[in-house]
Amino acid sequence: MIVPYNHVLILSGVLFLMGMFCATARRNLIMIVVGLEIMLNAASVAFIGAALRWQHMEGQAIVLFIFAVAATEVSVGLALIVSAYRRTGSVDPGMFK
Amino acid sequence: MTFYTILFYILAALIIVTTGLAITRRNMVHTIVYLVFSFFGSAMLFYLLGAPLLAALEVIIYAGAIMILFLFIIMMLKEEAPESRLFPFRQWLPATLLGFAYLVLGSLLVVSADPETGAPLQIATASPAMFGEYLFRTHWLAIEIASLLLLIALVGALRLGRFDQPESRKTEDAS
Repeated sequence: MIVPYNHVLILSGVLFLMGMFCATARRNLIMIVVGLEIMLNAASVAFIGAALRWQHMEGQAIVLFIFAVAATEVSVGLALIVSAYRRTGSVDPGMFK
Repeated sequence: MTFYTILFYILAALIIVTTGLAITRRNMVHTIVYLVFSFFGSAMLFYLLGAPLLAALEVIIYAGAIMILFLFIIMMLKEEAPESRLFPFRQWLPATLLGFAYLVLGSLLVVSADPETGAPLQIATASPAMFGEYLFRTHWLAIEIASLLLLIALVGALRLGRFDQPESRKTEDAS
């Protein structure tokens, strides 16, 4: 007996909101990508809780693919940030008009 | 209240506190270090919720590879004048309000869900061997697609990260 699935969902929702805050309010390209990572991690938490709730491994399989997408997204995102930094010399999203 | 319940709440508090610290730090290196703690907490949570293989992968991929990549990039880009913090308040006020509206609605939805959802989770573990066999039996095509996606990411990152060398490119075009 651990906790009701509700509590896992609440934890995941709070984490997701934190990631969303980080991605929308911080004025820095790198923090936007960090916010995306936090949101993907929150989704993984919800999926793993669901896998345990229904005693089915489908949720865990999805989390593996979330990991693959996160790795892809971060490599391409950081390469984009570096190329944008070379062009403008800044990581402030307000600088890209 | 069993031992596992207490463990879950401690881990949840730890994850939320470290993530909250991470997203509010000015110095990005501190952000990444706090996030490593947060992902370690998530890995322990995955283990608690019966996914030992994914717990290991969380440490290896998230806390290991991805965060170190962030550290590399942060240290590669010159730290400029103290980042001008947040966007103007009036710009993200609507987003905040809408976010809180969704938080309230979601909490209501979760609290008032059908009673079956409120039943405590039973302890179960998907052993890595079982999970791997299940994955390759039912999702082999998706795994191939994911590997292709990683290959495309590699090519894309190489293309984007290439130095722009106007002179050499001109000679290439001429020749």
